[in-house]
Amino acid sequence: MTIHHGRGFACINYPIGMNLGGDPSQALVHATPDGKFKVALSSIDLGQGIKSVGRQLAAETLGVPVEDVYVDTADSDTGPHDMGSFASRGTHRMGNAIIRAATEARRQMLEAAGEELEVDAADLVTDGRGNIHVKGAPSRSITVEDTAIAAQFTQGRTLAGRGIFLVPLSEVDADTGEMTPVSSFAHAALIVDLTVDDETGEVEVTAINSAYEVGRALNPKLVEQQLIGGAWMGVAHALYETTEPNYPDRAHGPEDFNHYLQPGPGDVVPHHISVLERPAPDAPFGGKGPGEMCANPVLPAIANGVFNAVGVECDSLPITPEKVLRGLRANGGARPQGTPGR
Amino acid sequence: MKTPITFTLNGEEAAVFVDPGGNLLDVLRRGCGDLSPKYGCGQGGCGACTVMIDGEAHIACLTLAETVAGRRVDTAGGLADGPDLHPLQIAFMEGFAAQCGYCTPGMLMAAKALLDRNPNPTRAEVDEAISGNLCRCTGYEPIIDAILEAAKHRGAA
Repeated sequence: MTIHHGRGFACINYPIGMNLGGDPSQALVHATPDGKFKVALSSIDLGQGIKSVGRQLAAETLGVPVEDVYVDTADSDTGPHDMGSFASRGTHRMGNAIIRAATEARRQMLEAAGEELEVDAADLVTDGRGNIHVKGAPSRSITVEDTAIAAQFTQGRTLAGRGIFLVPLSEVDADTGEMTPVSSFAHAALIVDLTVDDETGEVEVTAINSAYEVGRALNPKLVEQQLIGGAWMGVAHALYETTEPNYPDRAHGPEDFNHYLQPGPGDVVPHHISVLERPAPDAPFGGKGPGEMCANPVLPAIANGVFNAVGVECDSLPITPEKVLRGLRANGGARPQGTPGR
Repeated sequence: MKTPITFTLNGEEAAVFVDPGGNLLDVLRRGCGDLSPKYGCGQGGCGACTVMIDGEAHIACLTLAETVAGRRVDTAGGLADGPDLHPLQIAFMEGFAAQCGYCTPGMLMAAKALLDRNPNPTRAEVDEAISGNLCRCTGYEPIIDAILEAAKHRGAA
């Protein structure tokens, strides 16, 4: 019995958004009478973070404290249309829509403040702490709250904005088949170190090193969290998760979480991540969002690592001990492909 | 034929009628209106419904409701003291240990049961304590870190 070490590499260019019948997201922003802002969306947030990131984007654009922005989302009865949280599109599509809506609301807010201060709205700036003042003259100021009160109770004006970000349908060129299905790509490279036991066929991932280029990391902790969790899911898909039985009878398939396997807390793999920030021109403050690609490169990297360790090429997932052992038998034993990384 | 039972839920008396064979999770969620324990698999495999019974972590979906009569049940819904969050809740929040949040109440109670009996656990002991709780989002690492962090702060207090 030998434990073979292997190293596998994979890189990925991951598309943001999809070429459906056009790919739109909409956002509505309005001020409440106390100068707070509400962002109405129908994005779904199952932990991906659009609520947090949308709040940041709206606050940054409006020029108000992030605490003064509330995101109301996930209900298509109360929020405007969104295509959905898929194709890693949430931050990019909805983020752009939020910025447009917040830009319109900010313009109205500055116009209302200008009316109160008797100055041109173009001469006003926000301090990000809840105040609006004349450029270069901080004492000539009004709070966002007083602006909202004046707008709604004396000026008869709404502080609101509508935003839509629409990537139109890209038609397929009949001659070349060419089309532009997405607006931008995120990129990553990932190296997996693992061991393969040639007696049991078991694969154990021992380290992951990755570099992700996601535009600007709008919320670095959320990005890191998503990359770590996504890589875990990649390991789970590569090595464990299947509804198929190990032996050719449906009745032997998993019926509960004791048999539908996933790595547990004791199987956590050390994962070192470098996030490279190269803000994308068409993205909200340059942020493209890690999305689905946090899991994807892990799978081919593990398959390559297994090949590197014992020379077995697995062409189906997950890479179970049974498949590794069958591959070893077909090859007449382990065929290590060389010492990785040296 | 329903059976009347009383037990202590998060420090307050609860009185409910339970069906024969009815499980504790159902009683907590429907009978008591405490939605903090989650229904995940209903088979005892995911840990989302973990609660504490007399200080020990239990899977509520596999616990016969009648067996908690006269006992103390604690859920994640009772962790905070008014507006003051429990150290574990703070550590989870600060350490980004939740994404979708569905496993979080169960994780918190499994972790609380651990820290109550072992205030300074090793990483391996934390792994063991939450090994019955599945998380699909985080990859576990932030959760383990948060529990160790909470232990550090509770030890200092």
